[in-house]
Amino acid sequence: MSMGDTPRKGSLLEPDARTRRRNAAEARFHLYGLVAVCLGILALIVLLSSILSNGLSSFRQAYVTLEVSLPEDRLDKSGVRDPEVLAKVSTFGYAPLIRDAVGAEMERLGIQIEGLNEKDAGGIISNNAPARLRDHVLANSDLIGGTVTMTFLANGRIDGYFKGRVTMESAERDKNVSPEQLQLADALKEAGTLTRPFNWAFITAGDASENRAEASGLGVAILGSLYMMIVVLVLALPIGVAASIYLEEFAPKNRITDLIEVNISNLAAVPSIVFGILGLAIFINFAGLPQSAPIVGGLVLTLMTLPTIIISTRASLKAVPPSIRDAALGVGASKMQAVLHHVLPLAAPGILTGTIIGLAQALGETAPLLLIGMVAFVAEYPAAPPEGFFDPASALPVQIYNWTQRADPAFVERASGAIIVLLVFLVSMNALAIFLRRKFERRW
Amino acid sequence: MSFGKLTATTIGALAISASAGIARDQVQIAGSSTVLPYASIVAEAFGENFSFPTPVVESGGSSAGLKRFCEGVGENTIDIANASRAMRATEIEVCAASGVTEIIEVRIGYDGIVFASDIDGNSFAFTPADWYKALAAEVVVDGKAVANPYTKWNEVNPDLPAQEIQAFVPGTKHGTREVFEEKVILAGCEESGAFEILLQAKGDEDAAEEACMGLRTDGRSVDIDGDYTETLARIEANRNGIGVFGLSFYENNTDKLQVATMSDVTPSTETIASGEYPVSRPLYFYIKKAHIGVIPGLKEFAEFFVLDDIAGPYGPLADYGLVTDPDLADTQAIVADEVVMQSPM
Repeated sequence: MSMGDTPRKGSLLEPDARTRRRNAAEARFHLYGLVAVCLGILALIVLLSSILSNGLSSFRQAYVTLEVSLPEDRLDKSGVRDPEVLAKVSTFGYAPLIRDAVGAEMERLGIQIEGLNEKDAGGIISNNAPARLRDHVLANSDLIGGTVTMTFLANGRIDGYFKGRVTMESAERDKNVSPEQLQLADALKEAGTLTRPFNWAFITAGDASENRAEASGLGVAILGSLYMMIVVLVLALPIGVAASIYLEEFAPKNRITDLIEVNISNLAAVPSIVFGILGLAIFINFAGLPQSAPIVGGLVLTLMTLPTIIISTRASLKAVPPSIRDAALGVGASKMQAVLHHVLPLAAPGILTGTIIGLAQALGETAPLLLIGMVAFVAEYPAAPPEGFFDPASALPVQIYNWTQRADPAFVERASGAIIVLLVFLVSMNALAIFLRRKFERRW
Repeated sequence: MSFGKLTATTIGALAISASAGIARDQVQIAGSSTVLPYASIVAEAFGENFSFPTPVVESGGSSAGLKRFCEGVGENTIDIANASRAMRATEIEVCAASGVTEIIEVRIGYDGIVFASDIDGNSFAFTPADWYKALAAEVVVDGKAVANPYTKWNEVNPDLPAQEIQAFVPGTKHGTREVFEEKVILAGCEESGAFEILLQAKGDEDAAEEACMGLRTDGRSVDIDGDYTETLARIEANRNGIGVFGLSFYENNTDKLQVATMSDVTPSTETIASGEYPVSRPLYFYIKKAHIGVIPGLKEFAEFFVLDDIAGPYGPLADYGLVTDPDLADTQAIVADEVVMQSPM
């Protein structure tokens, strides 16, 4: 219906029916947008609060300080302190020492709990304690025959008790912890033997198996992710920038460059698992690179990140006004000089932003790593680069995926904790990208 | 100029990656997600007690692990495959075709499959026949095969509580599913006498077995393709649900789950070891003999795995829920002597 059909009558200040309809439609349109934004914010709040409420507790951990006596007749009967002989005593030989130390501590503090046997009392200490004690003794063999005071992790269930995950009622039914053990933990906490400091080990330690959830940490995963990001940065940035400069500044516009362009945009949309299949076929089966290694992960993620970097680099090269190039060429600069001295520095903020966003995307990627053996139980740190690139490592998102699949409930908390760490990394990378763009971007 | 530096670094990195074939010094393991926790417990203890690096353990399922195991011999293939079932003849053939001819089979123990529900809900005492009747797509009523009409457990068996039938069973990609179908559904089919009737109706045994094991698709039996943690989450969301779990998972979550008896036997490491509890299966790992002596620590790891201190009744694996193999001494001998599997031919 055109304007002419309904000639306007009456005051302009009083809206007629048609204007009212238009105004109402306008208001509804606003509302739709507002509802969409609110839904998004609501989803974010639900997600964040669930992750934070589950995961924040993983940053505190219960520790028990014990004085452990190291009897010579158990650890070194020969008395010569030969490292090879000392190493023959396995962690199973050290476990009773921890148990005795808990008994001694209870005696010292005068704690008596009915129905708690010696084995269960020792069970409040993590299974990783004997290994830590053994390492310490092997490194300081002069301690044998004396005592050593060390701080050990408490068992995961004991830690869960102070976090509200385990209660006296649930302990009744739980095969792995008894209410008596919780009473002992309470008494030790009162005496100051059991403390709950900030859990640095969660960030630095390697992964741990299922019978010692409390000892697991993100150290190997963070290192693995870092190594992969180094590989991606070192490979994807120069290749991506060089390719974009060529395509944008030098390449003739013809069928072939059009084809390349379509393919780049297409690659950016390829599901990431495809790159994993490619990585397995090319880097592991053909090139013979090791499995589970950050170098292969990095190469696969490079392939995945390249299109993102090329697209954003080309966009920022395009955004540099042609007058800059013309001026440079006009005063006699070669094409290379015009690009390297004038266009590239002006496009740098956009390139950096694209790269960082590409890296952040690669950091959160799990699917391609599944096929190249990085979704694995890796307990040991990779070596320092460059050898470390070839050692087995895991990655942050992979560690989260691994932990969510484990049976011990303590891993649920740790998986959420790992998500928080990953989010912190992602948010700081994106914030850096925004900062760089704000600081250096030039508009014409 | 930074661009030049970057290019130099790139070339350097490419040069390193080109000089591949760096000797691997840790054992590489992949396979069953049921065996994964056991393998990682052993790997961790192995790394602590030996000067060898800690082995890397991947999961992904028995079939996927054995497939990778059979890809060939060499440092970029895995050394050990974990499996929650014995290797099939076809898999041995595939292995042989790619040069993996000498395989050492190591049985580490048994795993029980248990039926558990929410701890505050009703208690159950099942027989395989109850499960067949409750979950089969077609059941026999008055001598005829009809679409499963049951909606409550007490319609299946009057001794069971009047609770909606809602089961969470492992999806078809799990090794557990095979055991569940064979030892519960098929056993129940035979026990209830339905097998005979189906056999007469279908004419041959395979078709009758297939008819027995087809599960209903009306939402009362839900396939879980994820892990037991997903099954647990489903039960927490739906208190009427009954889930199929591994014994070790149940033992780690006894504060949330109650276990049902099967044919009046409560599942435990003892009843499974004695064979009283019917639903169990052996767990294995397979070693590539050609890698022994090439990959440092491989044989030591295998020997360590089956030590009495580890896989025995008081070791950490039994603590975690592994049912100890009464013939562990034989297994130790197999590993020590590197006895390879006989080809099925």
